[in-house]
Parts: sequence; C-alpha cells; structure tokens
Amino acid sequence: MDATKPDPIPSRSLDRLREALPEAVEEVVYHGGVPIVRVVPERIVDACRFLRDDALCRMTHLSDLCGVDLSLLGRREPRFDVVYHLFSLDLGERLTIKAAVAEGAEIATVSGVWRTASWHEREAYDMFGIRFAGHPDLRRILMPEDYDAYPLRKDFPLEGRERDHKNWRKPEDERRDVLAP
Amino acid sequence: MGLTLSDAPLPGVVVTRVDKVFNWARKSSLWPMTFGLACCAIEMMAAGASRFDMDRFGAGVFRPSPRQSDLMIVAGSVTEKMAPIIRRLYDQMPDPKWVIAMGICSTAGGPFPTYSHVQGVDQVVPVDVYVPGCPPRPEALLYGLLVLQDKIDRMSIRRAV
Repeated sequence: MDATKPDPIPSRSLDRLREALPEAVEEVVYHGGVPIVRVVPERIVDACRFLRDDALCRMTHLSDLCGVDLSLLGRREPRFDVVYHLFSLDLGERLTIKAAVAEGAEIATVSGVWRTASWHEREAYDMFGIRFAGHPDLRRILMPEDYDAYPLRKDFPLEGRERDHKNWRKPEDERRDVLAP
Repeated sequence: MGLTLSDAPLPGVVVTRVDKVFNWARKSSLWPMTFGLACCAIEMMAAGASRFDMDRFGAGVFRPSPRQSDLMIVAGSVTEKMAPIIRRLYDQMPDPKWVIAMGICSTAGGPFPTYSHVQGVDQVVPVDVYVPGCPPRPEALLYGLLVLQDKIDRMSIRRAV
C-alpha cells in the first residue's frame, strides 16, 4: 500500500447518504483515506437532517462548523466553503461534509438541525461574512458589533489595519509619576 | 526609616520625611485588583496562594473592586475589544495607582501580531513594571512587585502640575 495515498476508509454514513440522497452528493474526495463529502449547497439542510435522523448514521453531534476562504488557494468561485464536522456519539463515527458559498450569497442555516450550529454560524459570519439564511440571530459573535470588516478573509491584512489598533492613553497619564528630588 | 532620637528629650520620637512615611505605607500594602485575562492569571493566582504567598509583601489582598485597588496586574492577552474596559477599570481606581504588565502578551503583543490583539497594554494604560515570560513564573511576578516597591520608594507625594 502506498503510504502517502491510503485506501479509502469505508464509511457507512456516506453510503447511506449516497443511497438516500444521491442527487445531493456532489463529490467525495479522500484525504488520508478519510472521506470528505461535498454536498450541493441547496440540499445542505436535507443532507444534515438525514445524517442526524437516519438510524444507521445518528450524527447527533455537530462537533464543528467553520468557514474557509479559498480565494488564495486556487479556487476563485465560489469563494467560500462551509465545513461541517459531524460525529455520532452512539456509533463513534465521524463524517466531514462541505458546501460552497459564493461571496455575497447565502446558505441555509443548519441551526434547526443542531442548535449548536447557531453560534458556529455566527462565527463564520463574523470572520468571513458568510450569510446563513434563516438563522435566528445572525450577529457578530467575537468582534465588536460595529466592526466593518471580515478579518479571516484572505485579503484582510494579518496584523489588521491602522484603525484596528486604537490608543486609549490620556494626557494626564504622563503627569502621574513624581520621583523624589 | 529615619533617625531615632533615643537620647533626645522625648524618647521614642522618630524623625523622617513625609515622603518616606507615605511611600513606606503605599509600597507595603499594594492591593491588586482581581483581574486576569488569560493563562498568566493562573500564575498570578499561584503567586497569591500559599506556596509563593504574595501577602508576604503586603500585596496579597486581591480586591474585587477597582475602587479599592492600588495595583492593576494585567495578566494575559489584551484584545482590542477588552481595551476600553481595561481603560475604564484603570480610571475607576483611586490615585495613587500602579500597573504591572505581566507576560509578553500584555507587554508587547506576544505571539499575536493580529488584528484583534493590543500590541502592548501601554497603548491603553501607563505601565510601571514589565514582567517578561510566557507566562512568567510566580517568582518573576514577585520580583516585578519588588521592583515596583523600589520605584514607589523613590516617589514623592507632590502632584505634578
């Protein structure tokens, strides 16, 4: 076996998803043998709900949801991926699914499937500006509410802009210390 | 502290300077604010607990209110979102007040040269002592405290105008 390209690891939940919703599965790629499913963005809620409810998948736990900006990684359009890391607490199985979102476009929220998705989607919105249609409370979660940029986008400077770093010092600070003569 | 005039007409009288008395009182009862921002706060708690016992230097009475504090130990990373809150807490502390920047994050930004991190808490409040480390061990914080006490010893109660 080629160590750099291990054989695909069979995944029952992936097979079930392909069986039940064949038109929702766009593509499956294997990283180190682990399947990563690209789902048609319009069908993301259907796919998630199926994976949660199906008796042989039981992906009751969304362990992470995050955004990825691919604009500097060779894919121009659509710009973003939303990555869902699912875990079945009953079966101990994991599955990673992805859906593409263009800049300015929306993707349906999965906060109705897993309530924990609500804050994760707020973070993806905060950092990348990915909008989630139907989200109950899509506000910034980490950055100040009046922040005017999406800092994890690849075109945002790593160290921030000049105006991101304010100076809070006051003139009276300088008159504070009086050393004895 | 001063000169004891044991052979003077009034035995037990001490002669000293006002500055000396005030500085002695101030440096011996530095009450820090209960205020931790990240992992440095764990070391600060260790410094305050029995093994290192910051109370030996009069600085173990962590106050839950800035109104009762003399010393702000900025223990941990300061984010841009936290900066106005730190400034407000500092402004709420009564004079005289001092600030120790504990660890490299609050000293100069540390490993976070990013959009959300303050590159040194001296952008927010005036700092008296910088304690390097990531995080500094309790001994380092205690040394910073002793250095601050030395600084207080050289101060005057006169106010600058």
